[in-house]
Amino acid sequence: MQRGASPFNIVSVAFGLAFLYLPVAILVIYSFNASRLVTLWGGWSLVWYRELLNDDAVLQAAWVSLRVAALSATAATMLGILAAIALTRAGRFRGRLLFSGMVYAPLVMPEVITGLSLLLLFVALNIDRGFWTIVIAHTTLTMCFVTVIVQSRLINFDRSLEEAAMDLGCPPLRTFLTITLPLIAPAIAAGWMLAFSLSLDDLVIASFTTGPGATTLPIRIYSEVRLGVKPEINAVCTLMIAIVAAGTVISSLMTKRGIARRGRAALSAQV
Amino acid sequence: MRRAGNKRNWGARKAALLPYLWLAVFFLAPFAIVFKISLSQTALAQPPYLPVIDLFSGWAGLKEFATQLSFDAYGLIGGDPLYLMSYLKSLEVASISTALLLALGYPIAYGMARAPRAYQPMLVMAVVLPFWTSFLIRVYAWINILQRDGLLNDVVLKLHIVDAPAAWLSSDTAIYIGVVYSYLPFMVLPLYATLEKIDESLLEAAADLGCPRWKTFWLIVLPLSLPGAVAGAMLCFIPIVGEFVIPDLLGGSQTLMIGQTLWTEFFSNRDWPVASAIAVALLALLLMPILLYERLQQRSLEGGR
Repeated sequence: MQRGASPFNIVSVAFGLAFLYLPVAILVIYSFNASRLVTLWGGWSLVWYRELLNDDAVLQAAWVSLRVAALSATAATMLGILAAIALTRAGRFRGRLLFSGMVYAPLVMPEVITGLSLLLLFVALNIDRGFWTIVIAHTTLTMCFVTVIVQSRLINFDRSLEEAAMDLGCPPLRTFLTITLPLIAPAIAAGWMLAFSLSLDDLVIASFTTGPGATTLPIRIYSEVRLGVKPEINAVCTLMIAIVAAGTVISSLMTKRGIARRGRAALSAQV
Repeated sequence: MRRAGNKRNWGARKAALLPYLWLAVFFLAPFAIVFKISLSQTALAQPPYLPVIDLFSGWAGLKEFATQLSFDAYGLIGGDPLYLMSYLKSLEVASISTALLLALGYPIAYGMARAPRAYQPMLVMAVVLPFWTSFLIRVYAWINILQRDGLLNDVVLKLHIVDAPAAWLSSDTAIYIGVVYSYLPFMVLPLYATLEKIDESLLEAAADLGCPRWKTFWLIVLPLSLPGAVAGAMLCFIPIVGEFVIPDLLGGSQTLMIGQTLWTEFFSNRDWPVASAIAVALLALLLMPILLYERLQQRSLEGGR
């Protein structure tokens, strides 16, 4: 693509970014509003955060959500790595089309369908719904995202290192563990992060698959939001944004360092 | 060498086993169950539908099960205009928002692709970042802005554009704002990915031969970016049709979208067969777009196999 942005290009990108960030920025600013009314600015204050610390229901829901997200992201990452390897390295195998179909479909499948179908499965199998059914549901959804991320990394990487290791007699599993895995580590980290934040975010699938005693944070927020805007909710949302933003920055720094290291390695190989 | 390659393939095939099983049990099998329950009848029982397969009575049980299946749920959603209306409403919202997203996302993606190379990773990051923050939070952010005593009314009142506060929330306008806002990254990223890859020499050749800029765009850039536009459109259209959170929080109560109808049937009316029938009908409607999307995804990730 030709470089050189026209004023129109610059304006459209600036407008796009403003559109994406302004509403969230407003939400963050108003979480520090001392006044209960949304339009009235009552000065900066942390009162809603203090209120939040005393709200046991929200804290409990947050704890459930964090545990669900950590467990499902970890399971999804392991399954996703395996699926990505199968899709990039196994060549043609029986049932491959069905397999790739099952991997890509959940990416666009409306959540109400995924949620309803999983719930009916749990009912049919007579499994008590609660914490673990949400973990299973989120693992199923997010492993597909991990697969796509890891898969695109596996496609764009230099296989000569693996081949060299195997030519020198390194067994396949060991080659995978010592050569391939470190090389795709940034993609794995990004996949885990994405799975974690998708799980933390999900309302619809969690609502279908939850049971008594397992209220996640989005379910809690949703039931409060239906009653109207509360500054306390702004505070919860700001904290969630902060957590995700910190995670994203850390993982992107990790990836950048990885790229820089690889770049240097490639350079020294040329020299 | 050859043997090593085969061995490697075989190892990779074994890797498929676990995810394959997982998806078969937790993604594919549930659809069969949804289909089965859509052919059941509502009952005041736990679970609230009939018949239930009785595997212990063997063949006779299966036969009894088969005779009790019914198309009542489909008859209901086919006969009651409420369901048809909400299907049409979903299609309308999804089509119009996808068109809006294309119109809005294309200039953004084009601008990103033309930006200096050094800025591009940062711009991509800036577009991806909102995708990582919660969907629910981003929709909620708009309630802050659109409600009656919210910021938008504040601004338009101060600027004397309107005299009395307008009702932005609980309207179709609010749904469109919410949908376009939430799905914009899904449209911009695939568009950017194809625009960015367009071979510069094609554009140089056109310019050398005296082709004006707008014509170069029309004849070269636009056709070459079509795959990205189709991918972006599918990535937005399919989930928007089944969208629940956005219309529920921002929309009004006049006409529900099909995702909301399914939700109400399930959670409020506890009519599982009808909810399942809606899901099956929705899936049938989306099957073609989903298959198209999968082909695109396969081509981009697996090199057109």
